[in-house]
Amino acid sequence: MNRLFVITSHLLLSIPLAYAANITVDERLGAYQAEGAGPFSAENGKLLWEGKHSAANGDSRSCTSCHGSSLKQGGNHIRTGKPIKAMSPTANPERLTDSKKVEKWFKRNCKWAWGRECTPQEKGDLLRYMQSQ
Amino acid sequence: MRTQKSLTLLALLAMGTSGAVFSDERSYPLDRWASRAKTGVTPVANPTYQQECGSCHFPYQPGLLPAYAWEQIMGALSNHYGDNAELSPADTQGIRNYLLNNAAGRTHSSTSKRFTHTGRTNGLPRISTTPYFIKKHDEIPARMVSSNKQVRSFSHCNACHTRAAEGSFREDEVVIPGVGRWED
Repeated sequence: MNRLFVITSHLLLSIPLAYAANITVDERLGAYQAEGAGPFSAENGKLLWEGKHSAANGDSRSCTSCHGSSLKQGGNHIRTGKPIKAMSPTANPERLTDSKKVEKWFKRNCKWAWGRECTPQEKGDLLRYMQSQ
Repeated sequence: MRTQKSLTLLALLAMGTSGAVFSDERSYPLDRWASRAKTGVTPVANPTYQQECGSCHFPYQPGLLPAYAWEQIMGALSNHYGDNAELSPADTQGIRNYLLNNAAGRTHSSTSKRFTHTGRTNGLPRISTTPYFIKKHDEIPARMVSSNKQVRSFSHCNACHTRAAEGSFREDEVVIPGVGRWED
């Protein structure tokens, strides 16, 4: 029993982190489907990611304002200049491995960039796009 | 009347005696507290605060603003200096409590005592516009901070204060990127 536990935990720990992103994305997509969304598409996600929205103060905002034009390279916060690591799980295996974090940032950043929360459909498309890069 | 007087005397004597015994056995907690006046500000000691706030900016020690200022900031996370910084209700509450309980004037550290007033603020309070902060930074030319690409803003304490994370902001620890040590 004990040995089995040790072997299993070693196996679990050795799962590549990029795979951990897949698990988290699948889990999120399942949750969005339960809310009536789907199917999800990376192409739609790309359009959403690059889509520009006018903020109340007249600024044009999009995800790329801070994340940069390439998901594989990351960007800088538009005002503070703080470096933001790549969103692509291939380039940055830590990405999309924590559901709570994913939802926290969707909430904040959708509101900042679009002035409203993203719908489950939009979030699913965006996750598919990030995953595809 | 007489009884009352002697009772009062007795009570005073009792109080005096108990105090004396107390201080003989060990010093007053208040004395020990006072003799350990810490320099700088108390370092951050809350993992949620460190994680949630520190992932975006330098996790300013709670002792750098008074409680009323933290209350204002925590009540307006959806417009946090132009950014949305909303947290889960549980995290908001936990961080709010931590900040208020350890705000300037509520902890015993020498620098904190200087931050009990925010001065006049336009919108949310800022550490960098408190009277004490301004006084301490007024000789620093803009080219070393706002026009310095490696610093950009007074908000980035740890860009120049090499031990800022430990709550130490001594002048002899300042190294301005691209400029060097700050000699007053």
